[in-house]
Amino acid sequence: MAKYLLLKHYRGAPASVNDVPMDRWTPEEISAHMQYMRDFATRLEETGEFVDGQALAPEGTFVRYDGEGRPPVTDGPFAETKDLIAGWMVIDVDGYERAVELAGDLSAAPGAGGRPIHEWLEVRPFLTAPPTVTE
Amino acid sequence: MNEVLLRSLTPSVLGVLVRRGADFAAAEDAVQDALVEAVRAWPADPPHDPKGWLITVAWRRFLDATRADAARRRRENLLDEEPAPGPAPAVDDTLQLYFLCAHPSLTPASAVALTLRAVGGLTTRQIAQAYLVPEATMAQRISRAKRTVSTVRFDRPGDVATVLRVLYLVFNEGYSGDVDLAAEAVRLTRRLAVAIDHPEVAGLLALMLLHHARRAARTAPDGSLVPLAEQDRGRWDSGAIAEGVEILQAALARDRLGEFQAQAAIAALHADAPTAEETDWVQIVEWYDELTRLTDSPVVRLNRAVAVGEADGPRAGLAALATLDASLPRHAAVAAYLHERDGDLTTAARLYAEAARKAPNLAERDHLTRQAARLNSRRSR
Repeated sequence: MAKYLLLKHYRGAPASVNDVPMDRWTPEEISAHMQYMRDFATRLEETGEFVDGQALAPEGTFVRYDGEGRPPVTDGPFAETKDLIAGWMVIDVDGYERAVELAGDLSAAPGAGGRPIHEWLEVRPFLTAPPTVTE
Repeated sequence: MNEVLLRSLTPSVLGVLVRRGADFAAAEDAVQDALVEAVRAWPADPPHDPKGWLITVAWRRFLDATRADAARRRRENLLDEEPAPGPAPAVDDTLQLYFLCAHPSLTPASAVALTLRAVGGLTTRQIAQAYLVPEATMAQRISRAKRTVSTVRFDRPGDVATVLRVLYLVFNEGYSGDVDLAAEAVRLTRRLAVAIDHPEVAGLLALMLLHHARRAARTAPDGSLVPLAEQDRGRWDSGAIAEGVEILQAALARDRLGEFQAQAAIAALHADAPTAEETDWVQIVEWYDELTRLTDSPVVRLNRAVAVGEADGPRAGLAALATLDASLPRHAAVAAYLHERDGDLTTAARLYAEAARKAPNLAERDHLTRQAARLNSRRSR
């Protein structure tokens, strides 16, 4: 088994095919989208491939150490940040092909007009612990 | 076997062990062991005296653990130095446990976890699941909390306000898992109300009951939020409402108003209205004025602006809102609602979308996005 992170971006991914912000959909289209996402997660739980899923707020803060005895420096949020992560799903699957297949399914979630969003999702493999047998 | 009944015995069993001289942390571990043992043994062989059974088993576990412990001698020496037990303590054990678990030296998250375990009798696993953290994390949080309060004397009353804040957190910020934390908070507050006669304890219990009564109506079958005005009031739990109102009235009659009583009074006015249109908003504004006097919280002022908008019209609500800091949580959502009621759908839609971006949880974000979508699709038609 191999773990993959499916990353969804607020910004930073190439534009979706059906690129209409959600507040421009109809309420029914939003409901259909939510239902699709719920069904997707349920299906992964049933197949034993779901690990975790979380959504992130769009605004964050950068923080760094500023030396002994000083409070950390904070900066941001930056309106111009190019790469902004919206949320993730962690899956544990047989391999890369399955991860891509699932990301494809997730990207087919319906959007404006009830048509698939074709949203770009980023698939990132986890770095795993070393295997026991190495030769 | 009734698990809730079993758990309800936890604080008094723990109290007996502590009174016999066990230190709090070790006694708490022993009681947890006894609870686990009870879950295993009782279905086949139910005891005649459940509490007596738990005390016997927990005490034995405590002694076993103490003997096994390398620090045994040190602990016995410590016990020798303790003053002899005096007259019966003035404050009962259960109440003492509430004070200890909500001790001001604990962070809110630690106080919540310790209260759920030591007073509520929940297992570490159940608490971890409820707050979506690994079991090892929760175990560590609880054992650190126990160490923190281990030097607190067990014989003097604490501040009831700290206990109420912890119970309010359990009720209001309970997440998921197989334990219903809201119901658990109601149960623990009910017990506290038996142990101590205090109008704010009654106020918090009434507040919880009145909000809990609306629970079935608060979410649609697809999980989306249903705002108060759109809830099917036939699905409200009228028994819980009647109980909440009765408790609140008895508390208010004592003329020692506090913030939980005032919040409960607002909830009671909503519960009293047969339809959303019949809500007595004028009285609700008056209660928000009381609350502002008691707490001077910006969140209260924000909610008051909504009530003013209902009582005196959206323009008055917007005027009240204009005096508040726009960076307050949910400020944009309130502004959106008032502008919509004022007929400015363009501004309302823009503000709903902005509020959705700032929403603190997914359910609110989805709800606010839907509101924006509803107005946008109406305008484009």
